Amino acid sequence: MIDKILSKYPFPESVKLEIKEELEKLNLSADKIKALVDRCYKAYTQNLMEPEEAAGIVAAQSIGEPGTQMTMRTFHYAGVAELNVTLGLPRLIEILDARKTPSTPMMTIKLLPEYAKDREKAKEIANKIEATYLKDIAEIEADIKNMKIIIKPDRKMMDVKELKMDVLKKKIEKSLKVDVFEEDEKLIIQVEPSYKKLIDIFEKLKDLVVAGIKEIRRVIIRKEGDEYVLYTEGSNLKKVIKVPGVDFTRTLTNDVWEIYEVLGIEAARNAIIKEALETLEEQGLEVDPRHIMLVADVMTVDGELRQIGRHGVAGEKQSILARAAFEMTVNNLLEAAIKGEIDYLRGITENIIVGQPIKLGTGDIEVTYKFGGKR
Amino acid sequence: MKVRLQDHILVPKHEILSKDKAEELLKLLGITREQLPKIKTSDPIVKEIGAKPGDIVKITRKSLTAGESLFYRLVVD
Repeated sequence: MIDKILSKYPFPESVKLEIKEELEKLNLSADKIKALVDRCYKAYTQNLMEPEEAAGIVAAQSIGEPGTQMTMRTFHYAGVAELNVTLGLPRLIEILDARKTPSTPMMTIKLLPEYAKDREKAKEIANKIEATYLKDIAEIEADIKNMKIIIKPDRKMMDVKELKMDVLKKKIEKSLKVDVFEEDEKLIIQVEPSYKKLIDIFEKLKDLVVAGIKEIRRVIIRKEGDEYVLYTEGSNLKKVIKVPGVDFTRTLTNDVWEIYEVLGIEAARNAIIKEALETLEEQGLEVDPRHIMLVADVMTVDGELRQIGRHGVAGEKQSILARAAFEMTVNNLLEAAIKGEIDYLRGITENIIVGQPIKLGTGDIEVTYKFGGKR
Repeated sequence: MKVRLQDHILVPKHEILSKDKAEELLKLLGITREQLPKIKTSDPIVKEIGAKPGDIVKITRKSLTAGESLFYRLVVD
């Protein structure tokens, strides 16, 4: 019955739930419920944002003021010890700038149930993901006299990483395009008599990734509740989700751009909101999610990630004066003059500059008189 | 096992709106198609649900404030 009455009102889902919960406790008659819901609806409409209100300005102030109290320091550790994560103001700027790669990319990888409970199995996956460099599992020597490079793999390390000699050989051959010979547990590369080439190959070998995902520099296993979770330094969502045993649906990265590319614009919007709120919360600042949601919406309306700033939202404003007032005044005016742009004075900034009433709040309401109307 | 990108916790539900429903929506909102927010054809989710340019995608978001909220995007190139 409560549901039936509530369904007639355009409440948001969460408000409906709240009212229903309270009503169930009271056990009232249908008429009383109706009267009560009606009162709720009145209160609800009164609390809605009014038309023509400057939502963006309110959002800017509400994020800006707590921003002044954030730390300027870049590094700080959070939650996971031994993992450096950018926090505070630098991180917030990074999110709103929609940087291609964050300064400290990080992933939180959740595992499928059959792997999440067992430490050994979690470790197995961690080994598969973590980048293994050739220099970590083998000794590399350059024999200058014979123009040879000798690679001596460490048996123990090879076993830990589950690598086989022939796999290693193929990997080196493929990525460096050289011929590799196997000789009693050693891999030998014969280089043409050129000292430069020898050094070149030697350097490349040192940084060769033989197993794992190149971008993932380190993996840390941590127990959370009753499951093991992997935290990584470095991020590559596209490759990690393809690793068997990884629970793709709950795996996250702090790289918003990567989320946009792999999961689309709506996921990117959610990621912006999540990251920004977490950054503010971590600093002990409380900002209403509505403000962040508005910012995230503005950044994603066009279907692509746009930063708040010169190269994004602010730089694409139609008005020349508004753009000039924001950043790079001379450049903007000069360019507009060369192109012969016209400013239609429709926005706020440009109307303030020329000294006209702005189209905001009551300023955007025009009174018309209907002649001969009834009194 | 093929991964369905829509199963990810960050991705809300995307649906293609039928022609009648789309017209109804535009009438209700009193706007033209072009005034809707956009979503690109290159978007992985658009590819997954097979939406074409000109379609309207209905997105059911989980909102922090409203519980659930509806959002519409026009598919563009």
